[in-house]
Amino acid sequence: MGKVHVDGQDAGDVTLYALSTCMWCKKTRDLLSKLGVGHDYVYVDLTSGAERAGLIDELRRFNPDLTFPTLVVNGKVIIGYREKEIKSALGVM
Amino acid sequence: MVSDDDVERLYRKLKEDAESAGYHLNPDRSFVMGIVRGLLTNKERFGYMACPCRLPSGVREEDLDIICPCDYRDQDLTEYGACYCALYVSERVAKGLDELRPVPERRGSKPSPQKQTGEAKITGLSKPVWRCRVCGYLCARDEPPEVCPICKASRERFERFM
Repeated sequence: MGKVHVDGQDAGDVTLYALSTCMWCKKTRDLLSKLGVGHDYVYVDLTSGAERAGLIDELRRFNPDLTFPTLVVNGKVIIGYREKEIKSALGVM
Repeated sequence: MVSDDDVERLYRKLKEDAESAGYHLNPDRSFVMGIVRGLLTNKERFGYMACPCRLPSGVREEDLDIICPCDYRDQDLTEYGACYCALYVSERVAKGLDELRPVPERRGSKPSPQKQTGEAKITGLSKPVWRCRVCGYLCARDEPPEVCPICKASRERFERFM
């Protein structure tokens, strides 16, 4: 399973790197849904092989520690579930 | 697939083990049930309960430090009031006196506190002393116990201390 697009209000490029088993990742996804923001998310733990390697390379550019959740909003990187920072990056309060 | 019954069973066991050893599970039950489901999912995938908030390698030896409870739990509880996943919280967080906050990843960034620089130079002991990397429990016996009596970590999580 690669990146999944979720329709919503356009806030630019919003990508969430997540793990399917992680509750902080779930909280981040729930927040994006609640805010109704269009975004892509990917469960890196559900990928394998070349797809996993590609995603890891991509994530490493934003977050060299490769931790989850990592949310990238128009180039701004938010590591961990930080509600205020996420809302501010998305321009919603 | 992980069943609701399995999740409930492990939740009860973790709660009982935590409370009997002076630890506290996060009082947010639905959040904790999600973490427990993640642990069981990882057990199905890898054969061991790797931290659900980290990306395991899938090789047990490489992931030993992140088998729950991880080697970093106690330090994170002291410093941040919660483990990395917030499965375990401090007494103050459990009582609602402190709020949960994001815990930065400790793994890999600094030398692991568990990696001893060398055994203490004490000689003449009648038995070797073993230290649990997870909770610091010490015991003097020929081999480490199969399971840590305090935190239930397995034998392979012990290191020679003295």
